[in-house]
Amino acid sequence: METPLTQHIQPGRGPLSLKEFENAGGFKGLHKALREMKPADVIFTVKGSNLMGRGGAGFPTGVKWGLVPQEAAGSGMKYLIANADEMEPGTFKDRYLLEGNPHQLIAGMIIAAYAIQAQKAYIFIRWAYKKAEAILRKAIAEAYEAGYLGENILGTGFNLDLYVHSSAGRYICGEESALINSLEGKRGIPRAKPPFPATSGLFGQPSVVNNVETLSWISHIIENGPQWFLDLSATGEGGTKLYGVSGRVKNPGLWELPMGTTVREIIEGYAGGMQDGYKLRGIIPGGASTDFLVESHLDIPMDYASVRSAGSRLGTGTMIILDDKTCPVKFVHNLIKFFADESCGWCTPCREGLPWAQKILESFEQGTAQPEDIGILEHLTRYMGPGNTFCAHAPGAMEPLQSGLKYFRDDFDRHINEKRCPWR
Amino acid sequence: MAKIQIDGTFYEVKSEKNLLDNCLALGFDIPYFCFHPAMGSIGACRLCAVKKFANADDKRGRIVMSCMEPVVEGMIISTDDPDVKAFRESILEGLMANHPHDCPVCDEGGECHLQDMTVMTGHNYRRYTFKKRTHNNQYLGPYIKHEMNRCIQCYRCVRFYRNYAGGKDLNVFGSGNRVYFGRQQDGALESEFSGNLVEVCPTGVFTDKIFNKHYARKWDLAHTPSVCQQCSLGCNIIVSERYGMIRRVMNRYNGSVNGYFICDRGRFGHEFINSPDRIKKVHLRASKASELLEVDESCTLSDFMGKKVIGIGSPGASLESNFALLNLVGKENFSHGISEAEHKLTNQSIRLLQSRKVYSPSLKEIEKSDAILVLGEDIAKTAPMMALAVRQAARSESIKLGEKLGIPEWNDYAVRELDQNHQGPDFIVTPSATKIHELVEMAGQAFAKAENPLIITGISGGNEDILDACSTIADALKKQGKKLSVSIVFPECNSVGLALLDGLTLEETEERIDGRQKAEEKIDTVIILENDLYKRASKERIDAMLKKCRQVIVIDHLMNETARQADVLLPAAAFAESAGTVVNNEGRAQRFYSAVPLTGQLKPGWSWCNDQWENLDQVVNALVDAYPVFSAIKNQMPDADFRCSNEKIARQTMRSSGRTAMNANISVSEPKPPQDNDSPLAFSMEGYKGSPPSGLIPYYWSSGWNSVQATNKYLDEPDGHVRNGGDPGVRLFDDIDKE
Repeated sequence: METPLTQHIQPGRGPLSLKEFENAGGFKGLHKALREMKPADVIFTVKGSNLMGRGGAGFPTGVKWGLVPQEAAGSGMKYLIANADEMEPGTFKDRYLLEGNPHQLIAGMIIAAYAIQAQKAYIFIRWAYKKAEAILRKAIAEAYEAGYLGENILGTGFNLDLYVHSSAGRYICGEESALINSLEGKRGIPRAKPPFPATSGLFGQPSVVNNVETLSWISHIIENGPQWFLDLSATGEGGTKLYGVSGRVKNPGLWELPMGTTVREIIEGYAGGMQDGYKLRGIIPGGASTDFLVESHLDIPMDYASVRSAGSRLGTGTMIILDDKTCPVKFVHNLIKFFADESCGWCTPCREGLPWAQKILESFEQGTAQPEDIGILEHLTRYMGPGNTFCAHAPGAMEPLQSGLKYFRDDFDRHINEKRCPWR
Repeated sequence: MAKIQIDGTFYEVKSEKNLLDNCLALGFDIPYFCFHPAMGSIGACRLCAVKKFANADDKRGRIVMSCMEPVVEGMIISTDDPDVKAFRESILEGLMANHPHDCPVCDEGGECHLQDMTVMTGHNYRRYTFKKRTHNNQYLGPYIKHEMNRCIQCYRCVRFYRNYAGGKDLNVFGSGNRVYFGRQQDGALESEFSGNLVEVCPTGVFTDKIFNKHYARKWDLAHTPSVCQQCSLGCNIIVSERYGMIRRVMNRYNGSVNGYFICDRGRFGHEFINSPDRIKKVHLRASKASELLEVDESCTLSDFMGKKVIGIGSPGASLESNFALLNLVGKENFSHGISEAEHKLTNQSIRLLQSRKVYSPSLKEIEKSDAILVLGEDIAKTAPMMALAVRQAARSESIKLGEKLGIPEWNDYAVRELDQNHQGPDFIVTPSATKIHELVEMAGQAFAKAENPLIITGISGGNEDILDACSTIADALKKQGKKLSVSIVFPECNSVGLALLDGLTLEETEERIDGRQKAEEKIDTVIILENDLYKRASKERIDAMLKKCRQVIVIDHLMNETARQADVLLPAAAFAESAGTVVNNEGRAQRFYSAVPLTGQLKPGWSWCNDQWENLDQVVNALVDAYPVFSAIKNQMPDADFRCSNEKIARQTMRSSGRTAMNANISVSEPKPPQDNDSPLAFSMEGYKGSPPSGLIPYYWSSGWNSVQATNKYLDEPDGHVRNGGDPGVRLFDDIDKE
């Protein structure tokens, strides 16, 4: 089984230096792209691979690049931004790539920047990722030194400057337009779409924001071609995927597996199954803002289409397990509290609705919830549904709540009837 | 234009406007908070939801925010779908979760957009049972009161203050449901437009502190259309009164002048009317050596007239008062009471504006200019609202760029993010015009590319060379087939109107009084109308001039240095107590009306000068006979006999319980309301309450819309022009152009 993204990452040992990465053939894709391909060919190749955004939304990367106006660099600035603001609860896949193989990301970014003819690129990194930031800064310095960044890269006349920007630490800045506002030094609030960043992004210029895992793929796809990438997956969606499991399993962790590996294989095969004495009750498949899956979903493949048809989203692919000894209400309350704290306060449903949901869930745990509170929670999940809010923050937050109410309704009712949390 | 289907009916709508704006223009009552017609949309409050259907077969549709929705040919929407109504109600439920129930003690109560929207969406019962979020309030200076707990986070305040008006010291802080709108620390708001927060805020976070000192509910006030007298722009205002006292000034919409906003001087500068320094009674001095004393007997000006009289008018007084004085003393004995320099420059300016060479733009037209050269005038001080218009004009290039990229102007933050606060490259400002030739050259280059080039200058900072330069540039542009707009800031509210009358300069007046003439021509009496001469020349000069007159008669409303020198001091009604006409800097004549019934010895200036004239219309008739340049005033402004459906227009809102008992502690009989002979407005709640002619709208109200948002109901479209007669006022220079 091929693991292109993580092949050079060895836990316990630092990342490859530029020299080591070069010797391992890491820059082959970069040389090929800049020397042998036109920007439009790069975009065509990536489109052909059907690489879908690994940040969670799954938007086709090549299509995103294709939306950027094609005129040559020099007629105005264009920007590429790597979204390394990984703050999704339960998600730590980008961190693994950032700390484990920074040159893979940098090589991918240079190719991506070349494809859209961006002259400047930023890595917008989560404030708490201090170690990754230090590793990146060192790697970028090496890349400048070796002529992979700066002016006239590989003698092709292509120029690119790459900067690391450490975020101020807000979850919403992982949303690409809020990220752009934050990068400009403005309040971290999402922007209206349209216009999309490809039209008016960073500093009002055409921009592309891609996830770290997405960008880490680019040099591999260029080097090996789209068919190779498609063949890596177990289903039709292409590539491998970093899957993670946290919760009361025997062997929590992160694995690079073919896209479309089943939930059962990941949990039972790689994570070693549930710890002794614990039973699986639910799975949040891709970070906190996705709907619960339950035991009956164990055999679905973890790819975008299959998880969607099961009523949830693949998201980041890093799942959180709910066991039978954890109160599902408390589990949901913990997530909703996070989302309420991280609301930017721009639109009414999110700003007013999330704290309300949080307070009601808290009252469940305190045993003061009333029978009508279930109805209010159900109302709030619709109130903060897609389309009703300015961005996807609150609709995402509602996913574990609405599916929690669906799958664990009895547990909610017990809190009301017993006037206490049965797990305490 | 596009044809769309709303609630099953087809309508022609404007493609460049968003769906909400179009629906409001069509008269649909769609609730909203964060949208503002002058500031566009941001999609934050989510209240203006409507249902959009993909096609005729789509029965489910989906909820969209009408403020963020472009109109597309053939689109099908529903404004009253049950899902939409339920969603809007739940938006109010969310906002009311933390809103204090302090309406009875809130100054916004009764004219609160949040109250209106709560009723409109039908939100009644509270389900939120937890503690409310609370904030600390800030001291924001002497004019604006801050009560943050009432905030519903619509972001209008910061959008107006920062984005629209360029203020820096008000901002939004924090995040989530703790967002806070205020200053970094307590302190007076620095923007000269801060007072607009009172009207921009949909609830009672920002309220008028001056009004608060003598507060009354909107429904207890009598409202009168008026014109601000604080500078030469003539912004339209509404003056409100109760119990004979002026309580507040609010914006009155004029789509060609001030739109939705006024400056702080206009809003808060009216308190002099309630000043203890007001002259309310006739004062007489028995001899030059004795003191000036109040007298109770009524008298007329003719009691004191001399043989050789000179009358000094004022650019701060109405056309009618100035003309009445001119008429009394004769053309050759009438003085404008301004310096020779100002007189000359004013006349030259008016000749330029009257010529066909240049166009005199309205404030609204200034907003649409795409290259502006400001020469020698500090417009932020001398004409703040013009500075605000220039600020909007500076964005014209960004708006064009947005249109090119498919980002409509109404998508406010998207355009601002695109432009990154870019201002037109052809935008030049200079504090002093020392190197005119150089600037003219630069302007020439900038103007060559512009479609609507504009030069702004003024009397206080301009000079003759600048006016000549305007002529030169206008000639050059004419060759390119373009017309240059020139906007000139004049020193006072009626500088232009006065200049259209004959009159002497202050220097000439001094000469006439000087006494070098033959004995029989010697001036024995000077009448000074609402003009503090000590502000126009040195104390020595004015002292010397007044000393030479046997008798100094002053007609004024405030005890100032000139008034103190009077032998006869006659109490004049201030602008809010009388009716009259003023001509603004673009040449627009506008009528203001008396907001409070006159009592005691107070009389309008014109009435002191001529006791034969019984009302304003008679003065205007005489004025037009003598000066046909003003004939449009007579022809186009409704006279006192004008009626709507056989009724005068009521200054007070709809009859509501309790109001007729207001004086019940004094007398249970309801006195006859005071008469207003100068206007078709009634000091009463009885009378016409529909949509009166545009210049006579006393207040904004429409069923379900008690706040200032009701303004839009009086317009042809939001941010458009006033219905029923067009934007108030008549442009005098256009008529000259046609002749």
